[in-house]
Amino acid sequence: MKQGAKRAVLAVSVAVAAVFGSTAALAQAKKAEAKKMEAPSKGGEQFFPVLSYRTGAYAPNGVPFANGFVDYLKLVNARDGGINGIKITWEECETGYATDRGVECYERLKGKGPTGATAFHPLSTGITFAVTDKSFVDKIPIITFGYGRADSVDGTVFGWNFPLGGTYWDAADMLVQHIGKKEGGLDKLKGKKIALVYHDSPYGKEPIALLQERAKMHGYELLLLPVTHPGVEQKATWLQVRQQRPDYVFLWGWGVMNSTSIKEAVATGYPREKMYGVWWSGAEPDVTPAGDGAKGYSALVFLAPAGTGAVHKDIVKYVHDKGQGTGNKEGFGEVLYNRGMVGAMMTVEAVKRAQIKHGKKPLKGEEVRWGLENMALDNAAIKRLGFEGFMTPISTSCVDHRGDSVAGIHTWDGKRWVIEKGTTLVADSTIIKPMIRASAEKYAAEKKLVKRDCAKEAG
Amino acid sequence: MIMRKHGPVLALGALLLAGLVAPFADRSTTPGFYVEVLLGGLMAGVLYSLVALGFALIFKASGVFNFAQGAMVLFAALAVARLGEQMPLWAAIPLGMAIMVALAWLIERLVLRPLVNQEAIALFMATLGVTFFLDGFGQTIWGSDIYKIELGIAKEPVMVLQSVFQGGILVNAEDFIAAVVAAALVAGLALFFQMTPTGRALRAVADDHQAAQSIGIPLNRMWVIVWSVAGIVALVAGVIWGAKLGVQFSLSQVALKALPVVILGGFTSIAGAIVGGLIIGVGEKMAEVFLGPILVKAFDLAGGGIENWFAYMLALLFLLVRPEGLFGEKHIDRV
Repeated sequence: MKQGAKRAVLAVSVAVAAVFGSTAALAQAKKAEAKKMEAPSKGGEQFFPVLSYRTGAYAPNGVPFANGFVDYLKLVNARDGGINGIKITWEECETGYATDRGVECYERLKGKGPTGATAFHPLSTGITFAVTDKSFVDKIPIITFGYGRADSVDGTVFGWNFPLGGTYWDAADMLVQHIGKKEGGLDKLKGKKIALVYHDSPYGKEPIALLQERAKMHGYELLLLPVTHPGVEQKATWLQVRQQRPDYVFLWGWGVMNSTSIKEAVATGYPREKMYGVWWSGAEPDVTPAGDGAKGYSALVFLAPAGTGAVHKDIVKYVHDKGQGTGNKEGFGEVLYNRGMVGAMMTVEAVKRAQIKHGKKPLKGEEVRWGLENMALDNAAIKRLGFEGFMTPISTSCVDHRGDSVAGIHTWDGKRWVIEKGTTLVADSTIIKPMIRASAEKYAAEKKLVKRDCAKEAG
Repeated sequence: MIMRKHGPVLALGALLLAGLVAPFADRSTTPGFYVEVLLGGLMAGVLYSLVALGFALIFKASGVFNFAQGAMVLFAALAVARLGEQMPLWAAIPLGMAIMVALAWLIERLVLRPLVNQEAIALFMATLGVTFFLDGFGQTIWGSDIYKIELGIAKEPVMVLQSVFQGGILVNAEDFIAAVVAAALVAGLALFFQMTPTGRALRAVADDHQAAQSIGIPLNRMWVIVWSVAGIVALVAGVIWGAKLGVQFSLSQVALKALPVVILGGFTSIAGAIVGGLIIGVGEKMAEVFLGPILVKAFDLAGGGIENWFAYMLALLFLLVRPEGLFGEKHIDRV
């Protein structure tokens, strides 16, 4: 190699080393500070696995969720000294929203900490499907609030799944009810066309069963328009929307697919006022890239709208002001940040609840399940925890792993999400319950599962 | 004789033509909508062609199949989008070009030069490494959110030919401008290759490395130039695509659509990249809109999008009848 080339390579190497060196030193200092917050206490440690995606196609949505989740864990350690004196430790594992990597993360983290993983939030319906079978052996709860398997509400079959607060069947049901109201009654849906633009994955396919059931009842035509991962190529889909001219479009997307859908709606001239998203298609990263074109687009909102409340003040005081905030502050108080926080809070509260039965010590996942099955987050508890206005009460049981499912509608006004006043949507259990029962029974028969006897367990 | 020689190609052509006219023939669509899908496919195809151009350029000049072309599109788009937050776009784009040239220089120095005279597969593997590095490093320095590039083009659709087709034909100004830019870029590249001394030197390198070196063409400099040109093509694709879809990681995955394009068009042909892109674009959109529902209905399938895999299937079909691609160079080896 020529002398000049050698020098150039050397210079580049030194520059790269310097960049990496300084970044590593900075990271080391941050890690040391974080370690202080996670330092083992005399009472022991409760390990929280954090399955996240901070890179890849779904990062715009994965990052704020993970930030909110981890910030809340930091808050509990810094403000309360852990869960009744038991310090929380955690480890993030990058799934990239890929099922194989999610399962790998699950396997890697399930045995960590003195008592193994507390509970998993897979943050992906695909990963949830994959780890559900494993949960029966590992006895670790899988919390899938607002996503996952809709039939896993049935705790007698799905002993370890907890779709707290709502499933996709609930969401789809609420959307049909909402447009029914707008049309002047569900009977007015007869002859209408509803298009479901969905992520072609277990997540996007989940609401189809409910929408078909409702279509039979009300006589609307359901158009199924799949969008392949990651969802940036939707020209063909929206040309079909333009051709079919549905009365409403339900958007069941995630990540970059959502903003692309809205952009394509603009490009094909489909009115955004006729578009309704599921609660995973109604956050800031879904609308801001579409700019003004997103104005008028609405989505379901459940468990944590955008905004700040008492708990945010604590996070600023105990976490951010100490230089311990996770990620940058940009997403603070946004929909997905808040939802991540609520997810962490519900898990922490489940551990607290389980400590009543099993004692104030680090608990196994198996023991935490009792807390999840006996959750009683009423309005007073929500206020005490600083989450007033960010969620509705949730109480669960051995049979019902979901609790009440309540949601509202919020609309993007070009700058922020505005909640539609006076709209409270509750899923119709007379339709959904039989569907859950039938699907869960089918699953139990296929897997040859022995159903739990909740009455006996309670006794 | 002609039938025997070109039989498979003609049969494939007839099959594709039949597929194109089928939805029209069985009246499952209106002419207006059919033209819209066709146009949509052509516009998407132009964007695929832009990335495929980068692949073809590097393969032509160095025999390296640069798997990192998609990652370069993302890297360039991220650079322009993030720089565009600090400065006007007219300044961010040239700066982005400078970054891509610097990147080309670094890749030549650190990756290609040490691997000169190694097997083609070693060079291919090196570009795989570059792909992962650029994907990760790009997101590390520029972030993994969705970023905007605002070119100031109207997003609202325009209706044309309303007197010919009922309801008119919907056209996007963004798509139209993308097509014009792509056409200008191709014309510029063709002129560069045919008319300039550097272009001629590049063609000489492409024909035979050793012979080119023996007449004094500096191989390393040529490689830097061709990677820089590919980097700038990636930037143009990234800016147009980024303005349309938002700049995010998924761009590098969409860029992988250029793979079936170069398979179909031929690895060494610029014309192949263009025509291949258009065929893939039209083929996949037609398949998604017309073929997908027919398949689901006919075989009672579960359903799902088919455009992603259809592009590859189309390329495979072409490979069967024309392994060197539509415009690829036919190899005749002496035994």
